[in-house]
Amino acid sequence: MTLAETSFVSTESSASFIEGKSPRQLAWARFRSDRFAMFAVGIIVLYALVAALAPLICSVLGISPYELDGKALNDFGLPKGSFGGISAEHWLGVEPGTGRDILARLIYGARISMLVGFLATVVTTSLGIVIGVISGYKRGKVDAVIGRITDLTLAFPSLLLIIALTRPITQRLESMGIPEGNPARIAYIILVLGLFGWVYVARIVRGQTLSLREREFVEAARASGASTRRIVFKELMPNLWAPVIVTVTLALPGYVATESTLSFLGLGMLPPTASWGAMLGDSVRYYRADPTYLFIPGIALIVLVLAFNIVGDAVRDALDPKADRQSL
Amino acid sequence: MFLFITRRLFFALLLLLAVSVVTYLLFSALPVDPAALTCGKNCKPDLIAANRVRLGYDKPIVEQYWLFLKGIFAGRDYGMGQAAFSCPAPSLGYSFAQHECVTTLIGKTFPVTAFLSLGAFVLWMVIGVGSGAIAALNKGKWQDRLANAFTAIGVSLPTFYVGLLVLFSVVIWLDLLPFPRYTSPFSDPVQFLNAMILPWLTLAVLSAATYTRLTRNGMLEAMNEDFVRLGVAKGLTRRVILRKYVMRSAMVPIVTIAGLDFAALLGGAIITESVFSLPGMGKLSIRAVVESDLPVLVGTTMVAAVFIVLANVVVDILYGVLDPRVRTH
Repeated sequence: MTLAETSFVSTESSASFIEGKSPRQLAWARFRSDRFAMFAVGIIVLYALVAALAPLICSVLGISPYELDGKALNDFGLPKGSFGGISAEHWLGVEPGTGRDILARLIYGARISMLVGFLATVVTTSLGIVIGVISGYKRGKVDAVIGRITDLTLAFPSLLLIIALTRPITQRLESMGIPEGNPARIAYIILVLGLFGWVYVARIVRGQTLSLREREFVEAARASGASTRRIVFKELMPNLWAPVIVTVTLALPGYVATESTLSFLGLGMLPPTASWGAMLGDSVRYYRADPTYLFIPGIALIVLVLAFNIVGDAVRDALDPKADRQSL
Repeated sequence: MFLFITRRLFFALLLLLAVSVVTYLLFSALPVDPAALTCGKNCKPDLIAANRVRLGYDKPIVEQYWLFLKGIFAGRDYGMGQAAFSCPAPSLGYSFAQHECVTTLIGKTFPVTAFLSLGAFVLWMVIGVGSGAIAALNKGKWQDRLANAFTAIGVSLPTFYVGLLVLFSVVIWLDLLPFPRYTSPFSDPVQFLNAMILPWLTLAVLSAATYTRLTRNGMLEAMNEDFVRLGVAKGLTRRVILRKYVMRSAMVPIVTIAGLDFAALLGGAIITESVFSLPGMGKLSIRAVVESDLPVLVGTTMVAAVFIVLANVVVDILYGVLDPRVRTH
């Protein structure tokens, strides 16, 4: 517990019947009372469970993401029946051309999409926090050097480079021993997203650290002989997680979207592996004959993203100590 | 102030130099032989070798880079005798796939990208700042929730998906517009607008989302500031406080991000241009990726970087103008 936090606790004896709460407890209480946000948390947990238990769920439902069902297609290779072949057997219809079950592909696709989104977020956030804290805490030359690297990273048109380097770098990764095909492509996506993404987290963390390091509780820790490591991890970090959580909840859906863009351009996951991006990219080819297919992966993505956004906003609102004070 | 601007410009130049080194080295390290791409599949080895010499790919990489850099300021001549040709300054190289100087190609495609970016920019600022302000003034009510949902969808849906949805729904399902075909605004303004309205909308919907969020949060934060309380205490009207205190303070981060976003678009809206078949710089870069046309890739990356770096300088200067607290330092 930092000094700044404990100093908030009411110590007046006359108010002893009021239970003292740390700002963290207050924030958690505020967050929990936001029913909208708790619902969003529920959705994210549900998605994560579905992704984790994909094989189990699919076997219970008796569907498979790879099984070709020619009987569900007509002579033109399009799904039989209306709304993309939605039936008792295929709840969300079948894929045009192959007859694979869309629900099963959506469930399995959640694994890839959430894995990419999650890993990319972990990489960018941890890189960003470490670099940002060092930059803000050390200041001076270290900060200047990191600042120049930041400028350089930001100066590049990232999407163009990500697209242009996909083939050569995945090939190099494969020759370095990462399994060919999708593992190498996932590794590449996470690598480049990390390379370009840390900057945004680092900038926010740096700014926050710059102002935090001047605060009394850090000065007190330094005066009582705390090591730099202790100050960084015990004093600064606990105060940084608020802006970081907000960035994370906004970044993750963005990374899922980037994966889908690469899949759309034919640079993402290879068939028959399902990812939401690959499904989005695939579905636009059948926009005229099978519009239902176009909306299913899109809605799945929107719901997840919306949930993350609501949680991010609620976290920010809950952590804002000035939340209950408004003059206008 | 003058000193500040010169200093910033000097550092911007240094930064661009660094970008050019990294870009050039990065693309040269790709496993592509630029000379082998100068002629078709049935190319004879001696022609490849001749082209390699003509385009300067036989020289060591440092010298190649130096020639590239020199070309930007002095133009560049290729080959000798009858087969000689030159790209005048500022030369960014020669595209062997399209048989044109890279600068010429960029010059041809840039106006399209500029029109696209400009229209989208105006639209998204109006939509974004407007809806953000409405959300902030109705915090927690349905307007706020709606704006929040709009933001979530906007920031996260991939551009290609939104673009194609817009295209399908307006052009194919509802049949409201003809299929967009780009024409210059000077030859046929009506067809130009027909072709541009959907890409503008797509980019605006996607980008406005960020601005809605920024405006909302910026205004809410400013409303909690002491200078606003002071304004209330002084008895200023709500209108004046909102416009002169709240909005002005909320606009500071927005100007920063708007400048950078606009600059990023000017470097080529790759996906939007591809979806709507606009012959802009983004389309040019994608074609270069497909054809492994390295000089074009280096060129478009450099031009995009110039816009981003310049925007950074402009934003820094505007920052001081907008935020009085920055000026005093």
